[in-house]
Amino acid sequence: MFRTALRNVLAHRGRLLMTTLAVLLGTGFMTGTMIFSDSIHQAANNSRSKDFTGISVQVADDTAGLPSSARQNSTKSSARLTEATVRRIAALPGVAGTRAEVSGTAAIADKNGNMIGDIMRSTGANFVPDAAGNDARYPMLQGRGPHTATEVALDRGTVEKAGYRLGDTVRIAANGPAISVTLTGVFSSDAPAVRSGNPLALLDTQGARRVLSLAPDQYSSIDVTAAPGTSETALLHAVTPLVPGGNQFRVETGAQLAAQQAERLAQSGRSLATMLTTAAGISLFIGIFLIANTFTMLVAQRTRQLALLRAIGAGRSQVTRSVLIEALLVGLSGSAAGLLLGIGIGAALAAGVKSLDADLPRAGVVITPTTVLITLLVGTLVTVLSAALPALRACRIPPVAALSSGEQPATHRSLFLRNVLGSLTTAGGLGLVVLGSTERGATARLPLMAGALLAVLGIVQLLPLLSRPVIALARPPLARLCGTPGSLAALNAIRNPRRTASTAAALTIGLTLVTAMTVIGASVSDAIDRAVTQEMTADYVVTTLTGTLDPSIATSVAHAPGVVASSPVTDVEWSIAGERTEAKGLDADSADQLVRPNMSQGAATALKRGQILVDSSFASRHGLAVGSTVTVAAPHGTGIRLTVGGVFAPSRMLAPVLLPGGVVAAHQPYAPAQQILVKGANGATPAFKQALKDATGRSPVVEVENKQNLRDGFDRTITFALNLLYALLVMSLLVAALGVVNTLAMAVFERRRELGLLRAIGLDRGGVKRMVRLESVLISVFGAAIGMAFGVFLAWAAGTTMTVTLPELRTVLPYPKLLLMLLAAVLVGLAAAQWPARRAARLDVLDSITAD
Amino acid sequence: MVMDAMTTTTYAAAARARGLHKVYGEGETRVLALDDVSVEFPRGEFAAIMGPSGSGKSTLMHCMAGLDSVTSGSATIGDVELVGMKDKQLTRLRRDRIGFIFQAFNLMPTLTAMENITLPGDIAGRKPDRDWLARVVDAVGLADRLKHRPGQLSGGQQQRVACARALAGKPEIIFADEPTGNLDSHAGAEVLALLGSCVRDFGQSVVMVTHDPVAAAHADRVVFLADGRIVDELRTPTADSVLDRMRRLDRVG
Repeated sequence: MFRTALRNVLAHRGRLLMTTLAVLLGTGFMTGTMIFSDSIHQAANNSRSKDFTGISVQVADDTAGLPSSARQNSTKSSARLTEATVRRIAALPGVAGTRAEVSGTAAIADKNGNMIGDIMRSTGANFVPDAAGNDARYPMLQGRGPHTATEVALDRGTVEKAGYRLGDTVRIAANGPAISVTLTGVFSSDAPAVRSGNPLALLDTQGARRVLSLAPDQYSSIDVTAAPGTSETALLHAVTPLVPGGNQFRVETGAQLAAQQAERLAQSGRSLATMLTTAAGISLFIGIFLIANTFTMLVAQRTRQLALLRAIGAGRSQVTRSVLIEALLVGLSGSAAGLLLGIGIGAALAAGVKSLDADLPRAGVVITPTTVLITLLVGTLVTVLSAALPALRACRIPPVAALSSGEQPATHRSLFLRNVLGSLTTAGGLGLVVLGSTERGATARLPLMAGALLAVLGIVQLLPLLSRPVIALARPPLARLCGTPGSLAALNAIRNPRRTASTAAALTIGLTLVTAMTVIGASVSDAIDRAVTQEMTADYVVTTLTGTLDPSIATSVAHAPGVVASSPVTDVEWSIAGERTEAKGLDADSADQLVRPNMSQGAATALKRGQILVDSSFASRHGLAVGSTVTVAAPHGTGIRLTVGGVFAPSRMLAPVLLPGGVVAAHQPYAPAQQILVKGANGATPAFKQALKDATGRSPVVEVENKQNLRDGFDRTITFALNLLYALLVMSLLVAALGVVNTLAMAVFERRRELGLLRAIGLDRGGVKRMVRLESVLISVFGAAIGMAFGVFLAWAAGTTMTVTLPELRTVLPYPKLLLMLLAAVLVGLAAAQWPARRAARLDVLDSITAD
Repeated sequence: MVMDAMTTTTYAAAARARGLHKVYGEGETRVLALDDVSVEFPRGEFAAIMGPSGSGKSTLMHCMAGLDSVTSGSATIGDVELVGMKDKQLTRLRRDRIGFIFQAFNLMPTLTAMENITLPGDIAGRKPDRDWLARVVDAVGLADRLKHRPGQLSGGQQQRVACARALAGKPEIIFADEPTGNLDSHAGAEVLALLGSCVRDFGQSVVMVTHDPVAAAHADRVVFLADGRIVDELRTPTADSVLDRMRRLDRVG
């Protein structure tokens, strides 16, 4: 029987090719997505990781170097980690060594004064030389480590990016003003963050303190290494009493640090991981679909052959076994090849995404055992199952019936159960989505996602039901446009609704996801656009990448040449009208030149009279109108009574409450400012921008952005997520195309007699080709259109839940992009029909008519 | 356009074959399916082609109807020479000037009876002649079944729809390949009567391939084929006389 199976595999090369290709692409797509997802995840983790090997206990001062205002908020005492602390710890029994660190977020400027890399992952630290002047952590490749406070060593990647040479002057900045240092060395590092491309500047300890705003004897952390025989926990207990400031500082073991880091990474990578897992799940689904479909279709072709085997005396179990062995062979070899293809796809995807965004962390191609196992298991299992079930069904047909009937016994299994189940699932899913859309913010996420998943499953089940009316709708215009072939194509497309549905499903699923994300992206972009262009009249916004601006910067910006109006925007969280709410303080005299809230009552100039502005949702919550008085509690003062001078539409650029700057200064003198709004005499010009940069001391962390820069900044994140998805879309289109090829090839085979008839009574080859192509396009566009419609609905639902953080959001349909997607579906249909159409056109008229 | 001009000015036979040869295969597997066949089917005649299986009767029909290529010789429909035509021209010729009735699978399963009847005209993009269509539908007696799909019609009804389709385009000639082969005798008789009335009432020319003497007896003339040659001819046949000739052919063969 094994030999029969093997012969079977080899004897039907066309069929073999089709099924192996299906398994190959199905698993390849899936594997590629998983590998891509793992690699991106790994890269993201690497870039945020610290290496804790060799650290038994760490004492860390997380507030070291923060501006005094922030420090005042978070700590009561002014204790510091100093040289004395280090000495006392080093003297403990069981301590093999200590390393006192000064490290923190610091930006490194390139030759043009622009920051290198991402501020959140750019670090400045102290170089700790041993007696020979080397630091074992950072082996020097060129030059030497920094000896004085005006010298620096940089990691190789950063030096290459910036094109620095030894002896060049490098500007480095953290919260304070930028300092200039001389490059004395280039080093390499095994730290995962540095290896994945994040900048690291090493200064001597005094230099590091200067950049990171630490006191002259202060350290940010002390790493303690235990002597052999001393446990981390024992050392922790010994070290803890020696640390000043009570429990102001973190004292943790290396194991705890590593565990916390893992936890943190899992947290921060969650949204990306969710997205990538969703993508992998969808690809798995599509892959399974493709394989199952191919086999279901091909079994029709072999029913007769199986019947012949049965007729000449093969037992039912023998026939079944031969089918299973054949499927096992195809499944194993197909998924093994798919694994290889998937590795290629995953690597290509990762490289493609990296080329779109050069600042992304580098990473190798990550192939986990899970990926390999899932690929082989799913590929083989799905192949065997999808081959076996139809074959078993075929075996149940009496051999004589299968042999004698000219026509394939059509399976007219009722769609009733499927429709009922599908309707229920869809209704449940849609219900959850609608329910979710009434929620706001994070609580909406779960019902929304669960609902979306459920509804997609339901819709896929309902596709056969939907195909009839939708495609019937397309028949009259098609018949008018393309004549008889068009009309016949529409009729053919709904002949086997099950098959049409499973062919279209890949497109439906893929386009649901992509459309939803595209529409959300467009809506968010649009909202931000409107907020930026309509509500902001300032020419430039000055911000610092480290978060809080030094008050001195606001003063120097205000005095920069060409400044007409400027105002720091202070962020406070006060209790206003009994509600703890965010509020922004603006310079009362210049605010009306810098922002233009969409006023529904009163005027923005009310700030000049010491009155406040509230947004309409805050106003309606508290029954406020122009002239109302509210009671305010601030850190320095309670029972403050302020008058509402105006009501404006909620906005992302602003806060629910806008306060005159003077009021903020009076009641919270250390309120941090994150931005300074500036208006210039001649608007946004490069010269003015340079003047502002000069005024801020040309620090790489201070950004001077115009409206376009702001929009681009927001768009970048959205675009990146969308690009990931488009890469997946291309894959699902490819798989969908193969599914369409399958369906059509099968249809052409089954319908060769009517194709012959059509040719005999006068349809030319072109007409036959046109008919097959149109059917293909119909199926593809049907699948795509359903997916897009549902995607738009999901985007609307998700959009309404996002109005908390983005009040301007309204659903915007990016028609050009949507049209492009539809066009892609048409192209997939045309491309997939190419081969089946040619086959159909080349059919010999006589052979086809007389075929049975 | 050219073809139309020719048919209106000449009164040739509906279909004619001259020295037709058809060879299948090469070398040892070479089979001579048609061996110098010359035959003429005049307008307004109901002719039958008979012969034992393998005699080449279907091949002759296929070659004369532009469904199969010939090795040598000439085949004309009206005054139009088929030999040497490109596929596209042949397709157009079949669509515009020939009606077909096959043994089985005559109809598109997705189309209604009426849509099947007008299919060749629809493919050509012609506006249907309503009056003529009404006469044809009336003649085949399926006025109440026009909205049905082939699956909802009996075998005999399906063949009558096929007859209507062949008639609807007012072709030069109708070729019927074993039109009653899959029918019971009652349904078969109905279809044969219908073909007869095509000739008598509508002046059509019909050529029918059959191996059934009873069917052949409905024709005005029977042409006998054996081993790819025309061996005999019988005018105003009866079932008995046809059977008699067939027996003699078998004995010779």
